[in-house]
Amino acid sequence: MRYEAPTTAKEAVRLMAGKAGMARVLAGGTDLLVQIRTDRIAPDLIVDIKRIAGMRSIMTKSGGFRIGAAVSGAELGEHKALRRAWPGVVEAANLIGSIQIQSRATMGGNLCNASPAADSVPALVAAGATAVIVGPRGRRSLPVEDVAVAPGRTSLKKGEIVEAIVLPKRAPRSGDAYLRFIPRSEMDIAVVGAGVSLTLDRNGVCTAARVALGAVAERVILVPDAAKALIGSTVDQAALERLAAAASAACRPIDDKRGTKKFRIKVAGVLARRAVRTALARAQGK
Amino acid sequence: MNGGRVMGEMMSKVKVSTTINGDPVEYLCDAEETLLDVLRDHLGLTGAKEGCGTGDCGACSVVVDGRVVCSCLVLGAEAEGRKVTTVEGLATGDRLHPLQQKFLEFAALQCGVCTPGFLVAAKALLDRNPDPTETEIRFGLAGNLCRCTGYDKIVRAVQAAAAEMRKG
Repeated sequence: MRYEAPTTAKEAVRLMAGKAGMARVLAGGTDLLVQIRTDRIAPDLIVDIKRIAGMRSIMTKSGGFRIGAAVSGAELGEHKALRRAWPGVVEAANLIGSIQIQSRATMGGNLCNASPAADSVPALVAAGATAVIVGPRGRRSLPVEDVAVAPGRTSLKKGEIVEAIVLPKRAPRSGDAYLRFIPRSEMDIAVVGAGVSLTLDRNGVCTAARVALGAVAERVILVPDAAKALIGSTVDQAALERLAAAASAACRPIDDKRGTKKFRIKVAGVLARRAVRTALARAQGK
Repeated sequence: MNGGRVMGEMMSKVKVSTTINGDPVEYLCDAEETLLDVLRDHLGLTGAKEGCGTGDCGACSVVVDGRVVCSCLVLGAEAEGRKVTTVEGLATGDRLHPLQQKFLEFAALQCGVCTPGFLVAAKALLDRNPDPTETEIRFGLAGNLCRCTGYDKIVRAVQAAAAEMRKG
């Protein structure tokens, strides 16, 4: 195995595109190094992106945020403006692992590891985030929900790297939230995760919403029907019931040691409803 | 032939210059070696322990550039130009750090394998928050597993050390 720590995105792309054999990007390493150690993968080349300035910073951009792919969870949590604008995204990222893990783990890595149970991804999908991808043919943007295609697999082509995640400008009276179910209070992998982002008009009517679910399909899924249940309503009890039913209906989970299909389908509806309540309170400034 | 093979192995080594417990250190490591491997096997700093090797137990905790990490989840090569603090850097000469002193006084250890990780993580916690609540201590140390003490004595020791350190 060879280790490289380039200082520019261009050089990182050249390394990722050029090497025959398996090349892997090292961001926080909290998934990658475990996979290497447990012999699940044996890369020939590791490209550490933490020396690339643009991948290590959080910048405000057209009223939104550009978060470098190698920004750690701890750094997200310490960024007051980001936390104020997108509390659900920051909380989701900060749910991952211990303080030690937060010092290293990144949303770029969480996204590209392509686990269906990735905690930050449903929150990013709900937020309408886009991934900035740099590759041999230049840069392109992709909705976050189109990055993972299956467990451990992304739509990125050879030589491509997620450089940053962009969160859009926040409309007034907006709120987001992410909730997950785990059988203990901390430090576990989501059995189900639900991310919600919504916007209200002056009369408290929901004008825009996005709902995303984790750990209930082969990848994190956007659920347009659940969002439709909210839009045009005052997010009353009837809308919440429709939302929960739509969330459950969108699930196509597996049975595994963490939970059964039936349990996941039920809990997806419950969590989506609770996440909406939190996002609603935030949109109302409560 | 043999020379070529040795040459090949040499070329795959990464040369690293870093600072460990305030001292400049240089080493050669393989690309796949972790910072924990380097500390224990190359530098003789055996305070950090390998418990799980997958970032779950915290026995290998060290501080890199002011943040506590699992050294089993950091490559040795990544330490280039960084500042690393291990449990060996806590005491000042023969004088124990207040956390070490209170861990002894409160019997906050039994087998001791988790203790260096707890001390490093607790120091990182108190550096950021000199007066943590019990809940904050328990959250702050949730990445460190102890199979002996039941945690209570560890929490009491950290509280006592924090109180002493606040007195200065």
